[in-house]
Amino acid sequence: MPSFENITNSINAWLNNTFNSTIALLLEFVIVGLSVITLFAVLGLVLVFMERKVSAYMQIRLGPNRVGFKGMLQTVADTLKLAVKEGLTPDGADKFLFNLAPFVVMIVAMLIMAPIPFAKGFQMWDLNIGVLYVTAVSSVSVIGILMAGWASNNKYSLLGAMRSGAQIVSYELSAGLSVISIIVLTGSLQISDIIESQRDGWWIFKGHIPAIISFVVFIIAVTAETNRAPFDLAEAESELTAGFHTEYSGMKFALFFLAEYVNIFIVCSIGAILFLGGWMPLHIGNWEGFNHVMDYIPSSIWFMGKVFFLIFVIMWFRWTFPRLRIDQLLNLEWKYLLPISLFNLLLMTVVAIEGWHF
Amino acid sequence: MFIVDYIKDVYGAVKSLLTGMKRTGYYFTHHKEIITQQYPEVKQTLPERFRGEVVMLHDENNEHACTGCTACELACPNATIKIITKFDISPEGKKKKAIDTFVYHLELCTMCNLCIEACPTDAIKMAQTFEHSVFDRSLLTKKLNKPGSKIREGVE
Repeated sequence: MPSFENITNSINAWLNNTFNSTIALLLEFVIVGLSVITLFAVLGLVLVFMERKVSAYMQIRLGPNRVGFKGMLQTVADTLKLAVKEGLTPDGADKFLFNLAPFVVMIVAMLIMAPIPFAKGFQMWDLNIGVLYVTAVSSVSVIGILMAGWASNNKYSLLGAMRSGAQIVSYELSAGLSVISIIVLTGSLQISDIIESQRDGWWIFKGHIPAIISFVVFIIAVTAETNRAPFDLAEAESELTAGFHTEYSGMKFALFFLAEYVNIFIVCSIGAILFLGGWMPLHIGNWEGFNHVMDYIPSSIWFMGKVFFLIFVIMWFRWTFPRLRIDQLLNLEWKYLLPISLFNLLLMTVVAIEGWHF
Repeated sequence: MFIVDYIKDVYGAVKSLLTGMKRTGYYFTHHKEIITQQYPEVKQTLPERFRGEVVMLHDENNEHACTGCTACELACPNATIKIITKFDISPEGKKKKAIDTFVYHLELCTMCNLCIEACPTDAIKMAQTFEHSVFDRSLLTKKLNKPGSKIREGVE
């Protein structure tokens, strides 16, 4: 049966047989880099289209339906439009930082792709501190946003960037704590270990109520970290025009836009790995027949299905909930999410020590 | 009790958010009724009093009811209408004032309906057309009386 694991292994074997090991490694780097860039482009197109359709359906509209079959090519047309537009740099801007900022945001998103397993044995880099790496690198993106806001030489951009800084720094706490509560159960930061520990059931089922609470807290916190509505204070279309990317146009704007959607994909895949078992099929206790049927569905489909389910949930949030004010946003984090997740971590530790989880 | 209020707050917040999500989830899964219209294919029937642009009414004999009194021109707040008059010589040799050209600047018009109210003979009215965009601005300056038209008999 062809799987991503077999494909990558056979490519690796062929490259090592044809070239010497150094050149083979370099070629593998190139292949991986190109795949990541392709994945980014495809994700951007698909997720923007999905967002527009989901929002339309939730608001009793039709959504894009003119370009291509049922509007499928709408995002391609939008990308073409952005590609031919002029990437303007304002006169008063700090030119170097202004042009660097979108790439910082993009590169951070690319770096986080490294430890994500898209299917069984299909992972770029299974480093032993995978989850720590993800949480550490993801906070670098705030530098890109601050850079963009500061370099634009625009009040609104700066305000948006400052809000974004406050928001991401505070919400990282509760996201981190809810990640830790799963680490308490697995006892390992390595992503392959975390997934392996969910062979007999996903943590959201095995971990009882503390796992569900930390899942909810995680979803809320990552929605805030990706600067999406109802936490879109960094962009704040209604107050700050577009926040930190007000002054950007053309492809540089498209990079910010793309990074937003790729970041959603990344945080949702982290959520899927930690709580929903990554590429692991749905296994229930010792129902042998059921588990066997579930094993027939390829692991890549399991992973993508879970990730897109979480993305749908986050889109559902966006098109349902009212926006928060900046003080309400920080209240929510420091007065509600942080105490709840601290208490939840304590509860989870008790569960783990007493061995109450399945 | 502080802690009871706190838990009540959280419970109330989660409950109300879930109520909202249930509503949008219902809309998402029951995708039948659409509140928007597919504009170029399906056009809305506009209300009778919709003000799209000023038109002059002509009957089947290519006759209108405009006497050239310029009441509309005077009523217009921003000089949208310009009436150029001429003098017709009737068979008896009497001179009679009539319109030569009814110039209407659509680009200046605010659709305020004052000209229609001012008209003593109901020669002009508001039409329901609204797709006025053109590539050349000069196309928006219109002549409302059709070529060769004349005033209907008996309209003074």
